[in-house]
Amino acid sequence: MEKEGCSCNRSFVPPEDLSPLEDIVERYRGERGALISVFHEIQQTYGYLDEGIMGELAKKLGYQLSHLYGLATFYTQFRLKPIGKHLIRICHGTACHVRNVREVTEEAKRFLNIVPGETTEDMYFTLETVNCLGTCAIAPVLVVDGVYHGHMTPSKMKKLLEKMVKEGGREASGQD
Amino acid sequence: MARIETPADLEQYRLQLREKFGKYQYAVSVCGGTGCRAYDCINVFETLREIIDKKDMSHTVNLRLTGCQGFCEMGPLMFIHKNGIFYVRISPEAVERIVESSILGDEVVEELLYKSPADGRRIVHQQEIPFYNKQRRFLLAMNRDIDPLNIDDYIAKGGYGSLAWALFESSSEEIIDIIERAGLRGRGGAGFPTGRKWRIARQAPSPDGIKYVICNADEGDPGAYMDRSLLEGNPHQVIEGMTIGAYAIGASEGYVYVRHEYPLAVHHLLEALDQAREKGLLGKNILGSGLDFDIKVSVGGGAFVCGEETGLIASIEGKRGMPRPRPPYPANYGLWGRPTNINNVETWQNVPLILQMGADEYAKIGTEKSKGTKIFSLVGKINNTGLVEVPMGITLREIVYEIGGGIPRGKAFKAVQTGGPSGGCIPAHLLDIPVDFERLQEVGSMMGSGGMIVMDENTCMVDIARYFMEFLTHESCGKCVPCRLGTKRMLEILTKICDGQGTNENLEALESLAADIKASSLCALGGTSPNPVLTTLRYFRDEYEEHIVNKRCPAGICQALITLRIDPDTCTGCGACLKICPVEAISGEKKQPHSIDPEVCIRCKLCISRCPKEAIYTE
Amino acid sequence: MKHISLTIDGIEVITTPGRTILEAAAEAGIRIPTLCYDPRLEPYGSCRVCLVEVEGQGRGFLPACATPADEDMVVRTDTEKLRGIRRTIIELLLSDHPNDCMTCESAGNCELQDLAYEYGVRKPRFQGEQHHHEAIVDNPIIERDYNKCVLCGRCVRICREVQGVGVYDFANRGFEAVPGTPYNRPLTETPCEFCGQCVSTCPTGAIVSIPSKGKGRSWQVRKVRTTCAYCGCGCQIDLHVRDGRIVDVSSPLMVGPGEGNHCAKGRYGYGFVHHSDRLTTPLVRKEGELVPATWEEALGLVADRISKAVKEQGPDSVAFLASARCTNEENYLFQKLARAVVGTNNVDHCARL
Repeated sequence: MEKEGCSCNRSFVPPEDLSPLEDIVERYRGERGALISVFHEIQQTYGYLDEGIMGELAKKLGYQLSHLYGLATFYTQFRLKPIGKHLIRICHGTACHVRNVREVTEEAKRFLNIVPGETTEDMYFTLETVNCLGTCAIAPVLVVDGVYHGHMTPSKMKKLLEKMVKEGGREASGQD
Repeated sequence: MARIETPADLEQYRLQLREKFGKYQYAVSVCGGTGCRAYDCINVFETLREIIDKKDMSHTVNLRLTGCQGFCEMGPLMFIHKNGIFYVRISPEAVERIVESSILGDEVVEELLYKSPADGRRIVHQQEIPFYNKQRRFLLAMNRDIDPLNIDDYIAKGGYGSLAWALFESSSEEIIDIIERAGLRGRGGAGFPTGRKWRIARQAPSPDGIKYVICNADEGDPGAYMDRSLLEGNPHQVIEGMTIGAYAIGASEGYVYVRHEYPLAVHHLLEALDQAREKGLLGKNILGSGLDFDIKVSVGGGAFVCGEETGLIASIEGKRGMPRPRPPYPANYGLWGRPTNINNVETWQNVPLILQMGADEYAKIGTEKSKGTKIFSLVGKINNTGLVEVPMGITLREIVYEIGGGIPRGKAFKAVQTGGPSGGCIPAHLLDIPVDFERLQEVGSMMGSGGMIVMDENTCMVDIARYFMEFLTHESCGKCVPCRLGTKRMLEILTKICDGQGTNENLEALESLAADIKASSLCALGGTSPNPVLTTLRYFRDEYEEHIVNKRCPAGICQALITLRIDPDTCTGCGACLKICPVEAISGEKKQPHSIDPEVCIRCKLCISRCPKEAIYTE
Repeated sequence: MKHISLTIDGIEVITTPGRTILEAAAEAGIRIPTLCYDPRLEPYGSCRVCLVEVEGQGRGFLPACATPADEDMVVRTDTEKLRGIRRTIIELLLSDHPNDCMTCESAGNCELQDLAYEYGVRKPRFQGEQHHHEAIVDNPIIERDYNKCVLCGRCVRICREVQGVGVYDFANRGFEAVPGTPYNRPLTETPCEFCGQCVSTCPTGAIVSIPSKGKGRSWQVRKVRTTCAYCGCGCQIDLHVRDGRIVDVSSPLMVGPGEGNHCAKGRYGYGFVHHSDRLTTPLVRKEGELVPATWEEALGLVADRISKAVKEQGPDSVAFLASARCTNEENYLFQKLARAVVGTNNVDHCARL
């Protein structure tokens, strides 16, 4: 198991390359019930749980694919589709809710023209909401590529996104 | 020193460490909790280290990056041990001055001290700050004083002494007796007596002798982060507690099931486990006692229902975390069919403390049926947000007004929500109830894991009920009918009310559906899911009726029921709102007061956030 | 064997340890309604229809299907409160159900319909979002329409627990949860063997057999109990006969060696019965042409030829080849004929071919 849980800002291995998968499977061989940890590692390596990778995994570990698919779709942390270059996760915990995080999310949706769970067409941003990041003291809070941003407002959201677009050299697709 | 072979070795090692630490002239703690990290405390810490290194003082200053110290509102935090000076909201630039004045000297940097919002007075010492002085930090205190990545800090503070005592001076039965006499009750929610739970698991037969202990660190309640802070700040106390529990129950393997959303906690825990193993405090033949016990870490995948014991077990087994009917209870038939005892992080942390204090001393804290302290995450519309550890029996008023410092911007208190999505909203007239398991349940809420979300006059209680129901609908595993479809239908009714389409019959439907969901759901998630709705209906029915009868949202939250207006006297016509409005509902000449067309406006409130003059208001 | 006694609805019931409340009640002739229960499967406890009141239980209501009966337990199965809960559950299920019983293949053979009938639920109190899945017809045998699914998990469980195949699992969770194949692949691209066990256990019309669609309601068919002729296991099956034709096959629960289970052949291999190619009389080759004959003629011919071969070239010039579709008893007699009457050990069986 990797000690840092963050998978952000890394380049991902293309799903055609099966050698990292073999390493992961080898490391967990004989460990009962470690599927969720295996999924986390696959996601950290490949960015998401690719269908082909899942098929290979089922074969290697002797599981039915249906079991793996059922597991992957039960837990919200697992993604079945590739994610964008930058991952924005907005906390929708209670503390954030009472401090009007909804408006921050609205701003992000408006700016990126996607809804939570989606990735922009150019694969630059992925927007997600999470239940609670456990950093309620700095609510509303969001995590961009592993970095926490507290006391967010719609304006701060907009500035942050604009900065990311500019610094990342992305073709601007924000609407203003 | 490598492996510690005997209790005497442990004591000797402790003495060595104390002597070593005693040689430092200064000790400084910088809070490195996840909250403070968002304020760039790492940069503060690194700057401090650079300065210390440059001054060639690394052998005289014992510098620690600690876990969460609780006062998250004020981070980054720094505590200087020799003179007790406590600094808040430190920037990297301020570090040099702190070193010169307060570490090398004994002077305070006034403007970095905590400033009392009540009278503007600067407070030098941590213990004098109202946020801290009403607390009794039996568990959290250690967070300030140890580096969680260094087992020596924990051992020097007496760590693993309770374990040594348990293994060599006491029997398994006696340990369970002590925990029972201390009156410890589970800190994860329902407050089941921990000693009794252990006894059942101890007595349960296992087909092959294998039993498990599990630490539930799947802190899923939104608005709660006690367990994260304890794991981040003091992982060894959890390990020690679990090892004592394993000895008492007869378990040989342990699991910590921790949320993947807590990367720092996972990192600290894994590091602590490695260090404990190296020292012989975990693994084979612990301290030469003959006890074999080890702990694995199982990371969650993001499912609230995995906080439920049978859901958690399924998840560790690599399955969908869907609860199963009980009986059989996990104590008899748990992980891989073996007797299994599950307690949460805070419960486990209490165990070494109880052995250290003695059952009788411990039982003096708290109320008749609820013993010890409880950690709450005090968040929401409150001045001092952070983690607070208070004796059971303290009143909500003391927590909210004395520790929490009241409501920001002079707004009126409306309610405090405890118990997470299974709990309820407690109104102002019940602020004087003592906080313990029974009283909270009597008023329709529950202790839960310790989330305490304060709400003010601008919080809509119907919207809050809808928020929790939305959360639960999303988190329902979908197995049993009342939870899967019942919460969905309740959410739809609440959404209707928030959208101004509610009827009085809706309230009856909510109440009858709530009763049936409570009675018939498979697990506690479903069984308690109606609580936020039931308590808001009980205490804030008038707000529901305002939405239904007068089509008004008194708190100004429900979008369909509010109108946004621009105050022409305040508006300067800067055009900021006009630019951001996604539906072009705002019009006006430059430098002339603007106005909003309520027919077009979708009440997204983006304009409110953008207006530099705060000229836009809701009604 | 030790016995335990408990009270169910005021009746003292004696049962063996290990039985559930549901089973103990059934033994005493007390029917507790169920939906996710199938005696072939492990208890699941998800539908909550079989909740009963057990005295002295903190939470009050326990699922009869999953709760072991215990000494001195006092159980009530049909109180006003329980009926209310059951009604609410049925209403919730119907609030996300197409209610197209008129054309539903399972009408008359639907456990949800039966419950709605028994509890008098005509229209649910609750309205809200409903699922609108497309019906899945990705093979000629099994059709899946998840709009009618009650998420009892019986298809998932029977495929995994009984068949050991595991074609299905649930995907997603909560209101979005739905059973199905991984990545919604067609059944033909999964390890599915088309045994139809999922069809046999589905309590509603969510999984149905395509070959029998529209061919007869359960009350329009005559069920003819017979022994499956495909192999020697002797599974009991019910042929559903309408107008002299077999329109479906089912297997009676917990009867015979199959205990209600069946394989693809037993369930779907009935097309030969009415097939135009099927032989209905023996054929004898005369001058190179196969012509219909009587049994006397055909058997006489066989007997003559065997006798002749034995006489001219000895008993081992003859071999006996039996069929897997005969019963064990028939196969026994067949080898007896070879060994005792003809005197050869040349006996074999098509299952070895």
